[in-house]
Amino acid sequence: MAAADRQRPPFVAMLRDSALAAVVAALLAVPLLGVRLVDNASGLTLDRRLPLVLYAAAAVFAGRLLLSLAGRYLAPSLRGMTASLPGMPRNSLVIFGWVLVAAALLLPWMPFAERNLIDKLTLILIYVMLGWGLNIVVGLAGLLDLGYVAFYAIGAYAYALLSMHFGLSFWICLPLAGLIAAMFGIALGFPVLRLRGDYLAIVTLGFGEIIRVVLLNWQAVTNGPNGITGIERPTLFGLSFSRAADGPTFAGFFGIEYAPAQRVYFLYYLILALAMLTTLFAQRIRRLPTGRAWEALREDEIACRSLGMNPVTVKLSAFAIGASFAGLAGSFFATRQGFISPESFSFIESATILAIVVLGGMGSQIGIVLAAVLLVGLPEWFRDLAEYRMLVFGGAMVLIMLWRPQGLLSRREPTVLLDPKPASAEATVP
Amino acid sequence: MSEPAATLLQVDHLTMRFGGITAISDLSFAAKRGDITAIIGPNGAGKTTVFNCLTGFYQPTVGRLELTHETGKRFLLERMPDFRIARDAHVVRTFQNIRLFAGMSVLENLVVAQHIALTRASGYAVAGLLHLPVYRKAERRAVEKARYWLDRMGLTASADQPAGSLPYGSQRRLEIARAMCAGPVLLCLDEPAAGLNTRETNELSDLLRDIRREHGLSILLIEHDMALVMEISDHVVVLDHGACICHGPPAKVRADPAVISAYLGTPEDEAIALTRGRS
Amino acid sequence: MTIDIFLQQLVNGLTLGAFYGLIALGYTMVYGIIGMINFAHGDIYMIGAFVALIGFVVLSTIGVVSVPLAILIVLVMAMFFTACYGWAVERIAYRPLRGSPRLAPLISAIGMSIVLQNYVQIAQGARTKSLQPIVNGQYSIDVGNGAHVTVSLLQIIIIVLTVALMAGFTWVIRSTPLGRAQRATEQDATMAALLGVNVNRTISITFVIGASLAAVAGMMATLYYGVIDFYIGFIAGIKAFTAAVLGGIGSLPGAMLGGLAIGLIESFWPVFFDLAYRDVAVFGVLILVLIFRPTGLLGRPEIEKV
Repeated sequence: MAAADRQRPPFVAMLRDSALAAVVAALLAVPLLGVRLVDNASGLTLDRRLPLVLYAAAAVFAGRLLLSLAGRYLAPSLRGMTASLPGMPRNSLVIFGWVLVAAALLLPWMPFAERNLIDKLTLILIYVMLGWGLNIVVGLAGLLDLGYVAFYAIGAYAYALLSMHFGLSFWICLPLAGLIAAMFGIALGFPVLRLRGDYLAIVTLGFGEIIRVVLLNWQAVTNGPNGITGIERPTLFGLSFSRAADGPTFAGFFGIEYAPAQRVYFLYYLILALAMLTTLFAQRIRRLPTGRAWEALREDEIACRSLGMNPVTVKLSAFAIGASFAGLAGSFFATRQGFISPESFSFIESATILAIVVLGGMGSQIGIVLAAVLLVGLPEWFRDLAEYRMLVFGGAMVLIMLWRPQGLLSRREPTVLLDPKPASAEATVP
Repeated sequence: MSEPAATLLQVDHLTMRFGGITAISDLSFAAKRGDITAIIGPNGAGKTTVFNCLTGFYQPTVGRLELTHETGKRFLLERMPDFRIARDAHVVRTFQNIRLFAGMSVLENLVVAQHIALTRASGYAVAGLLHLPVYRKAERRAVEKARYWLDRMGLTASADQPAGSLPYGSQRRLEIARAMCAGPVLLCLDEPAAGLNTRETNELSDLLRDIRREHGLSILLIEHDMALVMEISDHVVVLDHGACICHGPPAKVRADPAVISAYLGTPEDEAIALTRGRS
Repeated sequence: MTIDIFLQQLVNGLTLGAFYGLIALGYTMVYGIIGMINFAHGDIYMIGAFVALIGFVVLSTIGVVSVPLAILIVLVMAMFFTACYGWAVERIAYRPLRGSPRLAPLISAIGMSIVLQNYVQIAQGARTKSLQPIVNGQYSIDVGNGAHVTVSLLQIIIIVLTVALMAGFTWVIRSTPLGRAQRATEQDATMAALLGVNVNRTISITFVIGASLAAVAGMMATLYYGVIDFYIGFIAGIKAFTAAVLGGIGSLPGAMLGGLAIGLIESFWPVFFDLAYRDVAVFGVLILVLIFRPTGLLGRPEIEKV
């Protein structure tokens, strides 16, 4: 009896807590879920759906209770499970990275790799590349950039316009697009990079909106909301992936049968190469004075200044380099779609990329891959849920942050060791 | 100390106001090359503000801060932004509340301090990206310099640990090592003994004397530990309410009635330490 | 620009400024107290607008005909329910993240913003909702030379209500124990807690106040524009945050002033330039202000602690 009494209070508290949560849920649900505005001839009327309120309250009650129970009885084992994530030894991460690269290279040759899958993976890889690029700005230099999509847009439009007006090929435009995006990065960064972190966030957000509004309204150049169509598709050293072209075609040159999927596979390898370029660059520069200065700046700007580093130059280099990778990714996006419009460059893209970086663990290259698969890949596979997709996406962002505020993989490896062991010194984590 | 005792730093009429508050008023003093010059004074006397003016974190309201290198090259510090004071005039400082790159390793802290030299060697990242020998050699030199200071400070064993995980005393030493890696002509230490125990303070005092001797360094020191100040300084400047009330060699300062009265109003043990010195 | 156009745009700008000012207060308070950008605040405003719209429809269904009474009831209702949302958002998405890396709460807030938008979209449909004008009546004022300036009754109500709320609110912060607790938490949360301030409750109340002010703005938007959809919170939110930064984030009078400035820029821009680039102007001004006066119009210049 006494033992049962002692057992009861926590459970009663949980029940009361859950009941309270259910009441709040009901209160929240009443005005928005409980009634639905309906348009009809006489104006707005209301559709009552009170059962939904009850369902919501019941779901919250059950969910809250389960969470509390799980927190009480399963927490130790759960904690053990999640704690093991960052504890993975460095070498196994390196191996895992190379396994991922090998898998990505071989994947198109697998029997199950149909066109659709490759297409989705290409999309994920775009976000992986953007994540790796933004990670230079946010993860290494600690600059909160909420307008990264602007540079992505600049890259895409730079390619589309250069190829349309000057007939330049993709391979010439690609570096140009990166360069132009970097120049925009410098132009924006130079005045605003002395600002404190959160001001920088809002200014970059504003910059992203400015670029979008300009793209939307500068009809003469961007064709406004209708966007640019018929963007030149990429070639492999001049070999086109069309059925018939002015120049030689890929299929014709190698004497194989034309298949539309060839281009899909080519684009996949192209973005894989671009993404690998991004991560290899990021990892190399992290070990150079430039990269170390970024991280030092993130840790303590005042100390950096006391050691003779010019914070504006340091920040500017991170900002410009990050922007240039977005520019590269942008021109890939343009060539893949063959069509771009301002719609593809809204704030939600910036938010997604930032979420990938933060969720990945700020600085972890593999973490970013996992986060991109989670945030971009999964919703792609759940397209059937259509209208619930973004709800789930937003909810996942919140839940994952609550679960791991420091990101999935957040262990930092020093960029230089006093006595490097020959085996691990040169190994890089892709 | 050194040859014809040339003046390294000449501070003239330094005044610093924040809104209506005058933190420093009309302060003048000089620091000789090769000397350890201490700035002491009760809490709130404006010592750290002097440092912040010297290192460019504050722009003085009035005043002239002139630094002369051994080569004869002169710098007017009040006109230079903070990072140029460190980069060109080679005035490097530590901070009262330790500012390490806490998430980076101990060794990285010391390598970052050699940023300027290394950046040049890496050809502004180009040679580094290509992994050219010229950069690899430069980086090895930087690591060796860091290793020297790690050994000096007894931090070699924790070289690859995050700086933030070091115990407090080691963090203080690491900050000094980091400043030394930046190659200072004038090293400004803001309360280096704060929070250290007696043994650590004694070690610090030996260390400062040694590095001054071996590296031909000049040191400007803010410190509350009177025993340490009296033991190692060549020259002491006493501030009270933003003004200099006395300066001279430790023996003179210790006997000055104005200093004693300034201190006796405030923490007593400091005043007692001041009158007695360390035996 | 003639005097009548000037005065007309001034009145319109003041009205717009009232919206932005009210929303900006929520941003600036939350930023002041926990140092985070409450990204979901714009969507809280959107929820306020929806609750108000639903409230008006409910009242007309049950036959409340008195307009002042309807406005009063809807105002209270919108403030209450929206405050619940504000409270819940803080409790669910921000409180557990206090003390975690700086970016975590921001990501959580962006996630929350996406959730709220899509929740309303699913619950109420994606189509824009429109409401017949409830408050009619306008005054035409002769400004000489046969020129007129039109001021609607609604504009007067909006401006008066906003001024009253802001005055009351300033009093709360300056002179009540709640305001004191809030300012103490803002300065140093740990110390405030040691001195007996219930920090969690103070932060919750901050969110509740911010959300109810946003609800007022939402109700006014419903009445003023008559058209709302689930997406209105995003751009209004960014502009209100811009207003808060412009005025000096953390400063309450700054938020009001910033809101006013944004409202005036928006209303005067089309007089001279292409309407399509109005948002560009707002953000352009923000960037310029931050470059030349980084602390905003009324923010205190910060002395860097070294």
